[in-house]
Amino acid sequence: MGMTIAEKILAAKSGRVSVVPGDVVTVQLDTIILFDNNFVPSNWRDIQRVCDPERIVVVFDHRVPAPNQIAAGAHRTGREFVKRFGIKRLHDVGREQGISHQLVADYGYAVPGTTLVCSDSHTCSGGVFNCLARGVGGPDIIYAAVKGETWFRCGETTRYELEGKLPKAVTAKDAFLQIAGVHGDHATQNVEFGGSGVAGLSINARKTITTMSAELSAEFATFECDDVLTQWLQARTQRPFEAVKPDADAKYKAVRKVNLSTLEPLVALPDSVVNNSQPVGALKGTRIDQAYIGSCANGTQDDLELAAAVVRGKRVAPGVRLIVVPASQTVYRDALKSGAIATLVDAGATIAPPTCGACGGGHMGVLATEETCITSSTRNFKGRMGEPSSRVFMASPATVAASAIAGTISDPREFLN
Amino acid sequence: MKFTARTWKVGDNINTDLILPNRAFYLTPEEQVSYVFSANRPGWAEQVQKGHILIGGKNFGMGSSRPAARSLKNLGLACLVAPYINGLFFRNAVNFAFPVVECPGVDEAFDEGDIAEVDVIEACVRNLTKGTELRAKVLPAPLLAIINAGGIYPLLEKEGSIAPRLAAGR
Ligand code: SF4
Repeated sequence: MGMTIAEKILAAKSGRVSVVPGDVVTVQLDTIILFDNNFVPSNWRDIQRVCDPERIVVVFDHRVPAPNQIAAGAHRTGREFVKRFGIKRLHDVGREQGISHQLVADYGYAVPGTTLVCSDSHTCSGGVFNCLARGVGGPDIIYAAVKGETWFRCGETTRYELEGKLPKAVTAKDAFLQIAGVHGDHATQNVEFGGSGVAGLSINARKTITTMSAELSAEFATFECDDVLTQWLQARTQRPFEAVKPDADAKYKAVRKVNLSTLEPLVALPDSVVNNSQPVGALKGTRIDQAYIGSCANGTQDDLELAAAVVRGKRVAPGVRLIVVPASQTVYRDALKSGAIATLVDAGATIAPPTCGACGGGHMGVLATEETCITSSTRNFKGRMGEPSSRVFMASPATVAASAIAGTISDPREFLN
Repeated sequence: MKFTARTWKVGDNINTDLILPNRAFYLTPEEQVSYVFSANRPGWAEQVQKGHILIGGKNFGMGSSRPAARSLKNLGLACLVAPYINGLFFRNAVNFAFPVVECPGVDEAFDEGDIAEVDVIEACVRNLTKGTELRAKVLPAPLLAIINAGGIYPLLEKEGSIAPRLAAGR
């Protein structure tokens, strides 16, 4: 029987001819990423041996630079771990700093046909590289670092055929909010993306969709490999790879079409992104205190350029804080060179260093009681970005930037002409 | 692996931030317990008694990789039964040896306070108060083995791959 992309990689990496939904398999891991939260005292377990230091990457991203002593201590423990086992890939505060999922993109850590785990739920981000990537738990990641393998439960796959081309000021985030709004959660399932519309989406745009698939509760989110992806990877890594295509007779739980051409800017209302999207017009006029552009889903060069285009020559509304967080130093450097950062700062944005920051409520823009934020980040659960009584709307960087200028939730199409 | 006890019920889409909010991030696992559902059900954590059973709604545990399952276990709950469970929460539950059972229809079959009998191995959930019975999904044998071993950490400790931890609340 034919297999989907996820099933094919699960089979190949578990040494089986095939897998079917319901199977539990033990899979060899190519890339294992630990990050600063793993090294916090309540989570860390002192590892005595690792499977292979070449397969391990250590990233400090959730709280960088350290906002307090506990975070600082976690970074210190992480550095000691790296030193003890001779791990070469450490992304510490400095030149190679960034959010892990962005670093995977910047450095070509995920290539087609491979497996990757990190104990952050948005690790499914790496599926944009035709890679089997998923977030695991703290114990999983320690087990993975020691053994180089983990167990996966194979779920059914839902496939999305993307067609057409996004209109101006409408982004991959809106495409995601459309899927999440209409189809709700995909728990215990994989999602697979393909179709003629993919060619027109940048890797950054596609990555927004795989990253956000964590909010669908998807197991794995994968894209097919094309020339755009091959070129991206060849510019960043020497690793050889082979594209994994789904079989023509692969069995899907559902195949759904999404016409990108007909989409409009959407906003997810507070507390959830599933079954919770509204056209931006429905929320027009909603007052905001903070606008946040960043995170592993929308802190890329594309996102910063788009935000800069929206705010160019304008000023952030009085009483509103626009916080912009490049997802990595690479993105930051590119946006400095292109002038996007200058445009944003001129408009009144505060640029934070690459970090998860307020996306996870850690630091750099945490919300006070009853404040309202519109964010381009990944998650808007109650209390996610600060006080439980704060409200977090979610939208594309274009919509967030437009809202920052207006001081109320606004349609970015009115700003980009 | 069979539990009989009073049930507590929560709704659909319970997320990890409700179970283990950011505000508790820097605390010890024991201290984190009192924050469970503090945003949506203040005071609940104090009412739970050892051995009680949690009946969840659809997509229980959506959200992050944080050790939310550990908090439910440390709270003293015997197990979680929900129609279907977020994959990442499910992994954490297995790996922290907190028994989880996926049982379609369980959310409708129970009112809070009903007495449940949950047989994890036989994949059977009974509502003793109402006299009804539901089939659950079988927990695959390799995962059951991890739960029986007390989770991943004791396995790794035993073979010397990680240093033992003296404090409770793994
Ligand atoms: S940016 Fe937000 S969603 Fe992404 S890894 Fe960091 S905390 Fe998680």
